[in-house]
Amino acid sequence: MKNTPLIQLSGVEKRFDIEQSWLNEVRINKGKISRKKEQVHALNGVNLTIQKGESLCVVGETGCGKSTLARVILGLNSLSAGQIHYQDQRIDNLNERQRMLFRRSMQMIFQNPYASLNPRMTIYQTLSEPVSFHNPQLSQDDVDYKVAKLMESVDLSPDLSDYYPHEFSGGQRQRISIARALSVDPDFIVADEPLAALDVSVQAQVLNLMMDKQEERGLTYLFITHDLTVVEHFSNRVAVMYLGKVCELADTKTLFKSPKHPYTQALLSAIPRLDNNSIQPIRLVGEVPTPFNKPQGCVFQARCAHANDRCKIEEPKMVLQGDTSSVACHAVEEGRI
Amino acid sequence: MALLDVSNLNVCFGLKSGLVKALYDVSFRLERGERIALVGESGAGKSILGFSIVNLISKPGFIESGSIKLDGKELTSLSNRQLRHVRGKRIAMIFQDPMMTLNPVISVGIQMVEAIRSHTPMSKKDAKKIALDRLAQVQIPSPELRFEQYPHELSGGMRQRVIIAVAMILNPDIIIADEPTTALDVTIQAEILELLKHMCEVCNVALILITHDLGVVSRIAERTMVMYAGRIVEEGPTLEIINDPQHPYTQGLLSALPQMALPGQRLNQIEGSMPSLMNHPKGCAFHPRCKYATEKCSNAQPNYIYSGISTVACYMVEDMLEEFSEYRDL
Repeated sequence: MKNTPLIQLSGVEKRFDIEQSWLNEVRINKGKISRKKEQVHALNGVNLTIQKGESLCVVGETGCGKSTLARVILGLNSLSAGQIHYQDQRIDNLNERQRMLFRRSMQMIFQNPYASLNPRMTIYQTLSEPVSFHNPQLSQDDVDYKVAKLMESVDLSPDLSDYYPHEFSGGQRQRISIARALSVDPDFIVADEPLAALDVSVQAQVLNLMMDKQEERGLTYLFITHDLTVVEHFSNRVAVMYLGKVCELADTKTLFKSPKHPYTQALLSAIPRLDNNSIQPIRLVGEVPTPFNKPQGCVFQARCAHANDRCKIEEPKMVLQGDTSSVACHAVEEGRI
Repeated sequence: MALLDVSNLNVCFGLKSGLVKALYDVSFRLERGERIALVGESGAGKSILGFSIVNLISKPGFIESGSIKLDGKELTSLSNRQLRHVRGKRIAMIFQDPMMTLNPVISVGIQMVEAIRSHTPMSKKDAKKIALDRLAQVQIPSPELRFEQYPHELSGGMRQRVIIAVAMILNPDIIIADEPTTALDVTIQAEILELLKHMCEVCNVALILITHDLGVVSRIAERTMVMYAGRIVEEGPTLEIINDPQHPYTQGLLSALPQMALPGQRLNQIEGSMPSLMNHPKGCAFHPRCKYATEKCSNAQPNYIYSGISTVACYMVEDMLEEFSEYRDL
């Protein structure tokens, strides 16, 4: 199971243009008139391999590009540069028709179950639509049977299939979203903060369900979250993102035992733990940079306590460490931390 | 005398379909400078409790019965005009979303000066001085610059700092913080919590922290009250409750946290979900989800008893204590 790459991202970049009127874009520089478009650099060269059967967690602050990463993998946003391979097939340059083949194997669970289910469709309609669309050969009875099985598999009674989403609680709705993602028997599921809108006791239900399904079907997850306690519990590997770049990639155990990148260290120290309150959170100084203009050098240097002149000029590359984690940091590379 | 004394507070909402009760006999005391946390899931009534202390619950909600005493003075019978002298000045509130709390078309400084001048007669110049002082106190770099800026020019963490500065500006006795860090990132959350704790200690302000995150609670509060379906089910010192929860709901809530399980293990889950206010179960509201429930639980609401660790409303704990005392008598 290990070391068979399912999805490979190489040098993935995504820039969004900021919509402005052309008058705002005009600049006069030394008597010359030029037009300058401002761009948001959501992803700045992400290299990532997702192995078959693993759950890879992506963590980071708001605006670091986690959700954009999910969307470009699924083809919901196009790429500005770079390539994405699914198994051995390049998928970022496909047209809609060709991509349809891959939609079956890649599905998504969204953050807000109140917004991601169509309020005018019953649960039966929501679940049967993808089933009959992707399997036109199935008879009506087969579709019905499959929907009932799906509902059972997420602990919902099939009797509820004629109800509308508003008649369910948040946890039940998230289970319906999971059932919808599973309805086409995918290999790979992207979950974008699936627990953020749920209460603690319901979070546990949904997390358990996702883990059960992984075991049953051998699913691969890309799990996006900002809750590090969930990461520690759920994932095999973690990718820490900062401002559109992966700054540390490691096995969950290794990462939580010895975080290397200064940002990861700060992030882990800030987890509100129940047990030991003795750990003082590391305070990051300085403002959170915006992704409008790509900073020179290391993206983290403005807030980093270990930054030196080299960090301000040269962009650090991912370097493999002794304990199989990879870190993009000059200070770690030079042994200063 | 306690700074804030809430006793047998009942809050109702008059809906078309009938009277719906949101708080059931809530009683607690808050001492000067004490930090307590209100924990529970959404719909438990924690925000309603926070709002009703300053009588901010909007129609059709109203306080049906009970008393809220601030320094011995009854708050429930005050008129809106009289309440204005309490709100902001004696009891300040911090809300979840700082962007919603700050007025987007008025600069940060003017909002702060306004808050001071509406409660105390003071020249604009003096008020500005106090405001700048407070901004510096909440560790905002270059306060003079920030004073002139508008809320949208600040980052989320910075905005919440400004809110804390505004709440602290008139030296209140109590701050009620309703999920103050939910909208923030982990690293910023840690900073804001640290700041809130620090400010409360320095100014000797009592804090009521409303949150659903038990990790946050352990970092900041001395005492914790766990709420379920409009009732306080357990109340006691934070560390003791976290280490040895007595009420089955508190136990369930804690064991559902991913950090309480081994990586990769299934989490303990509480089956079902919280009852809606419309169909509040008879007896103990938790009994349909409780694995220790007996017939007694579905008939009558248990009374509060002190278990040696915390004050709990649960028949199971009651029975256990009884058994224990019989054993001791032998």
